[in-house]
Amino acid sequence: MIANFGLAALWFAAALAILQMVAAGLSIRRDNPVLAGLVRPAAIVQGLLAAAAFGALIALFWRTDLSVKLVAMNSHSAKPLLYKIAGTWGNHEGSMLLWVTIMGLAGAFVALVERRLTERAMLATLGAQAFVSIGFYAFLLVASNPFERLNPAPPEGLGLNPLLQDPGLAFHPPTLYFGYVGLSIAFSFAVGALITREVSPLFARTMRPWVLGAWIFLTLGITAGSYWAYYELGWGGWWFWDPVENASLMPWLAATALLHSVSVLASRNALRAWTVMLGVVAFSMSMIGTFLVRSGILTSVHAFAVDPTRGTFILVLLAIYIGGALLLFALRAATVTEGQRFTVTSREGALVCNNVMLTATLGIVLIGTLYPLLAEAMGNKVSVGPPYFNPMSAMFVLPMLVVMGVGPLLRWRRDKLVRIGRRLIAPAFFSAGGMIFMLVKGASALPALGMMVAAGLLVASLMPLSGRRLRMVTLPLWGMVLAHFGVAVALFGMAADSAFTKERLIAARIGQTTDVGPWKVELQTIMPVAGPNWTALEGALAATYQGDHTVILRTQSRSFWAPFQQTNESALHTRWNGQLYVVLGDQVEGGRWQLRLWWKPFVTLIWLGGVLIALGGLLALTGRVASDLRRLVAVNMIAYRRKRQGR
Amino acid sequence: MSGPIKAKHQRLILVLIALAAMTGAGLLAAWALRNQASYFYLPTQIANDPPEVGRAVRLGGMVEAGSLKKGADGVTLSFIVGDDKSRVPVQFKGIAPDLFKEGSGVVAEGRILPDGTFLADNLLAKHDEKYVPREMKDMTEAQARRKVKETR
Repeated sequence: MIANFGLAALWFAAALAILQMVAAGLSIRRDNPVLAGLVRPAAIVQGLLAAAAFGALIALFWRTDLSVKLVAMNSHSAKPLLYKIAGTWGNHEGSMLLWVTIMGLAGAFVALVERRLTERAMLATLGAQAFVSIGFYAFLLVASNPFERLNPAPPEGLGLNPLLQDPGLAFHPPTLYFGYVGLSIAFSFAVGALITREVSPLFARTMRPWVLGAWIFLTLGITAGSYWAYYELGWGGWWFWDPVENASLMPWLAATALLHSVSVLASRNALRAWTVMLGVVAFSMSMIGTFLVRSGILTSVHAFAVDPTRGTFILVLLAIYIGGALLLFALRAATVTEGQRFTVTSREGALVCNNVMLTATLGIVLIGTLYPLLAEAMGNKVSVGPPYFNPMSAMFVLPMLVVMGVGPLLRWRRDKLVRIGRRLIAPAFFSAGGMIFMLVKGASALPALGMMVAAGLLVASLMPLSGRRLRMVTLPLWGMVLAHFGVAVALFGMAADSAFTKERLIAARIGQTTDVGPWKVELQTIMPVAGPNWTALEGALAATYQGDHTVILRTQSRSFWAPFQQTNESALHTRWNGQLYVVLGDQVEGGRWQLRLWWKPFVTLIWLGGVLIALGGLLALTGRVASDLRRLVAVNMIAYRRKRQGR
Repeated sequence: MSGPIKAKHQRLILVLIALAAMTGAGLLAAWALRNQASYFYLPTQIANDPPEVGRAVRLGGMVEAGSLKKGADGVTLSFIVGDDKSRVPVQFKGIAPDLFKEGSGVVAEGRILPDGTFLADNLLAKHDEKYVPREMKDMTEAQARRKVKETR
């Protein structure tokens, strides 16, 4: 019953998307108030229907309705409720339904609140949004129907991959999807602006909050994903350059570039064609990411099922949307008139540098991710890993971060480095200090350079506040300072972690003590414990920091039974200056247990930095929306007064 | 460079800078991939045409039955990875993945030592029935086909 309702809602939503696109398309060509009047309501109802379908799927997972194939394949009645619900999107069909739901809701939201653009540009934008949605509705309904039934229903479900049975699943995928799919709005705005030839500062101001919103979610999603992989996989690493991670990093790089170029367009009316181009590229990266993850080309915990028809389907969608948008861009780019000019040493100049470097980094990551696939297609098996990605991306990112320290101090249009020279003394001093410290400690080149840039940035990022009365600083400026400070914090954590991590691998007897970094760790007991759908051996360790105070850590080696699988649950102890990380391995001869211990100085700053970046985005978004609302109220007041005076 | 750049040329210059940066990034990437990509080897390939000593490579094959030994320190494993033609001795220090066992497939990341031993930094074994390292997928299929042939 619920399944039928969900499927019907999905079909109606798809039909409304077609109506929305056709009505928008026709009314742009020839003014037609009746058709044009249909577009916004269609977008809103379409979003609500998609959400209803998704709600139906959640309900099916909640009740573990095994007559639905998707539930039977991916759930189990003995699973904790949280994972039953989160399991809704822990599979291919469910996650694609989440994708169209967010896409529909985002379109509905735009249709509901966005009144700044001309009606024609709005119609083109909503039409483009519907055009993209239709492809994904078709993909769901034709190639991956989440509501497919099983007759007869099996007595029990197959269960969820234990690696996914973690609170992270409730948070990481939806957040990332809000970011991924939120960029579809930027894409639609860009396409709409190209169709109607209205690339203007107004267009940029309209697009900016949507880009900001999507970017905040992406930042949080990537940060959460990184921390999840860090503690769940038990390998002690926080970024693996796994193709799936790259798939989330690439849209983020493009969105970050877009965020900065959209600012230039909004406040200076420059970088017009480039901003539109980035709007297209950012969502294209989301789609390429989805293609990589969902097509089964890559095999990882993220690739739920290998089905070649799905890969082909997504590839065709990619070709239509990315190819179509780029073709439109090529046809219209010449008609986008050139924007305002500026010199190299100016705020614009620094932002251009940011954009070029981010795009180059994006290129590096994209090539490194796709190259193994291309090589394999030609019969050559290749894997590309950190030895490629680390130095190659650092080559572009570190210089960009230096410019990031200087750029916000420059004035728009034209400026001289001499003017801001005095404010750069303190950051330069800190940079040198960081470098010398790392060289004395004997760190290798990359962490040393990273620490040098991070140390300088920690100060430089706060410089835009110097000489201002803090109460007068606007929210967007606070946001920028906080986000840039977050970048410095994260980079500091990365450099400290990669230079100073201490690792210890031993087979320990009960009662044996070992040391790792400043810690002394004693293996106290190994006890069997049981959870709702697993049993485990739990090792209790007493860890003492520099002979000071002692903490107890509990690490488990878990055996799940549906599906059967073992996982290592790491144990963490966080201090202000780092994290102690412990993993329990197998039992070996002589009653000893394998233990792997890490002391990771300042590693938590990596994710703290990520959160600060997102928080900075949130401040900027709040500031922008608040000033837009104020402007709207003011405009309405003036219009109201005029009307009364007119009488 | 101070003072506004000659009016007409600004857009052209920006486009050229962007193109130069992209081409530069692309060329650098191509160069780095040629030099640094870690290649995937089967035991036979290691035997016939071994990679230089110390270069990061991946080795994929089956863990030979009866070859797995644990060192006295409790954390060093030594075993032999083979295909039907050649065998490569492998050493690994660490906690082996859960599904790592004799007679099953493994991909080892590491390098060849001068004495011909493969020193693995990391072992990728099957995580669960859904996760197989990409390079191993074909191999286990090939293995399966061979098995079928043998039993017939």
